[in-house]
Amino acid sequence: MVSVKAKKLAPTDGMLSRHPAAPAASGWADAARASARDRLAAVGAPQRRDEYWSFTNPARLVSDQPMAAKPLAAQDTPVFGETDALVLTFVDGVFDPAQSDDLAGEGLEIQTLSDALGTDIHWAKDLFGVLEEKGQTPVPRELAMLNTATATQGFVVRATQPVTRPVRFDYIQTSDTSDAVIRSLVKVDAGATLTLLESGTVAARCNTVMEVDIADGGELHHVRVQGRAHDRQVFTAMFARLGRESVYKSFTLAMNGVLSRNEQVVEFTGDDATAHVAGTCVGQGDFHHDDTVFVTHDAVNCESRQVFKKVLKSGATGVFQGKILVKKGAQKTDGYQISQGLLLDDEVNFLAKPELEIYADDVICSHGSTSGGLDATGLFYLLSRGVPREAATNMLVIAFMDEAVQEIADEKLADEMRTHIAGWLDRHSAG
Amino acid sequence: MLEIKNLHVKLEEEDKVILKGVDLTVEAGKVHAIMGPNGSGKSTLSYVLAGRDGYEVTDGSASLLGADILDMEPEERAAEGLFLAFQYPVEIPGVGNMTFLRTAVNAQRKARGEAELTAGEFLKVVREKAKSLKIDAEMLKRPVNVGFSGGEKKRNEILQMAMLEPKMCILDETDSGLDVDAMKLVSDGVNALRDEGRAFLVITHYQRLLDHIKPDVVHIMADGRIVKTGGPELAMEVEQNGYADILAEVA
Repeated sequence: MVSVKAKKLAPTDGMLSRHPAAPAASGWADAARASARDRLAAVGAPQRRDEYWSFTNPARLVSDQPMAAKPLAAQDTPVFGETDALVLTFVDGVFDPAQSDDLAGEGLEIQTLSDALGTDIHWAKDLFGVLEEKGQTPVPRELAMLNTATATQGFVVRATQPVTRPVRFDYIQTSDTSDAVIRSLVKVDAGATLTLLESGTVAARCNTVMEVDIADGGELHHVRVQGRAHDRQVFTAMFARLGRESVYKSFTLAMNGVLSRNEQVVEFTGDDATAHVAGTCVGQGDFHHDDTVFVTHDAVNCESRQVFKKVLKSGATGVFQGKILVKKGAQKTDGYQISQGLLLDDEVNFLAKPELEIYADDVICSHGSTSGGLDATGLFYLLSRGVPREAATNMLVIAFMDEAVQEIADEKLADEMRTHIAGWLDRHSAG
Repeated sequence: MLEIKNLHVKLEEEDKVILKGVDLTVEAGKVHAIMGPNGSGKSTLSYVLAGRDGYEVTDGSASLLGADILDMEPEERAAEGLFLAFQYPVEIPGVGNMTFLRTAVNAQRKARGEAELTAGEFLKVVREKAKSLKIDAEMLKRPVNVGFSGGEKKRNEILQMAMLEPKMCILDETDSGLDVDAMKLVSDGVNALRDEGRAFLVITHYQRLLDHIKPDVVHIMADGRIVKTGGPELAMEVEQNGYADILAEVA
């Protein structure tokens, strides 16, 4: 006798009602929001028993109220302070024009999300909720649906030519109970390039989603630092669609964080394109950091790389779930994936779930996952030069994280990441 | 300078004895060479002296300028004046060569109660010493040993030695992977550091390095012991006849 049990849906009313209903926008935007609301009600809130939430408990991301998180004072050395950028500042998840530059730049079109959704921008219409909905198959991403249904903050950014001055989102948290939902749409036109930087703790809890469309020959470079406030609860998702010969490079640095879940959903739709998704994090105690990546090859001769390096200390948990799906006909695919945990003691967890699913016969795909302690030979080398044990350990941690940092194309930005990592390690190694 | 008495060492993880009673005294100002076939224990001796994990000293002693070093941490031995030039220098991505060197130099100075060098002072010294080893600014800026050729790595070892100004320098097969020009450059670097107050222990398979770094004393090591000691002519003998004759003679 076979018994079939339907999944018991977790209610979504609380998730939806905790954010004020978005004010009426254009018909198309309202329809997209209503669709997301219906889709969310149909799948229910994420639960621990869901396959892709088994390593990370979503409870704090779906609860009615965020866990209180104390904001931190501003940093002495602001992240990305060395790079001239068009700065857009959010305070507790709300755009603050007073602390921001004008919404204008050479080769750029920028509007707030609410302005864009109230008008009839055809490319925004083709993007908002569209990539998110497509990215729900085969794995549901309920929190991204929630974002489409409720977000009123964020930007709609279009690069129409190679843009030299990066666009930077600065997130400032001031309230220990803030609960932010931010949605941005990014369009890179054919042959255009854009660098997008993000830094800071968004809010006590945040749900940040970006839909990215890169046209033929376009390039998007995304570098983000996820803030230092330890108690923050973070969900992010990037949905990227890549045209022919386009480039998408996304790098995330996280230091501290009691709960962070970063999803990347990348789809190749044009031939000869490149996507590098990388991240590195370091944390201790109740640090929990989850990278969940899904790359779909649906075009010929595309290259994808996933490089994730997690440094874990005294109780910390690192999670990596990465998938490469090569569809039928996506010949000459070059897919690579590496996830590594550096376990600085015996109390930590590194949980990795690498997956390959391949339906084409002429492809190169490889994946690897390792976990281990500090390199003994490297440690001996440094100690034998008289470098004290603590400093030697930090140097080897930097060396471990550097493989992910090297994925950043801009050498100056990469060096800035190195400086921040070294600074964090200096502050945290004593005791 | 360096005094090793009846040193017995086994691997920690397995019951394998590597050094079976090494006796060796290196005087200040002298260059001693240790030659010997593969597996004789030459590299193990250098690791044990520098304090690498994984070895257990079961008997004997080793002291540097009268201080027992075997109970010291590797970084303490370094501060006491011991330096090991590695056969395979380690790559440290993400850490600039200069940052690494300055950290090492200042940590040692601090451990010895000396004033640390300021960034300016350090830069001046390192530039000068790098120049004689043909190490350019680009190499100093790059991450430690990353993307360096075999010769560049060995030159970088000698630069570290020059900056740290150790009393006792151990060179573990520094000639491996070097072409003739690189060997000359490295040897010149070593010779420039020869000094009344400094001693060298040069570990090598081949005599050719000893053409450039002329030793005062040559030891032959086999099966965990020093089996023969002589002058530079001993190295010539090895070069011509191999180890077989010597080993047969002492067996």
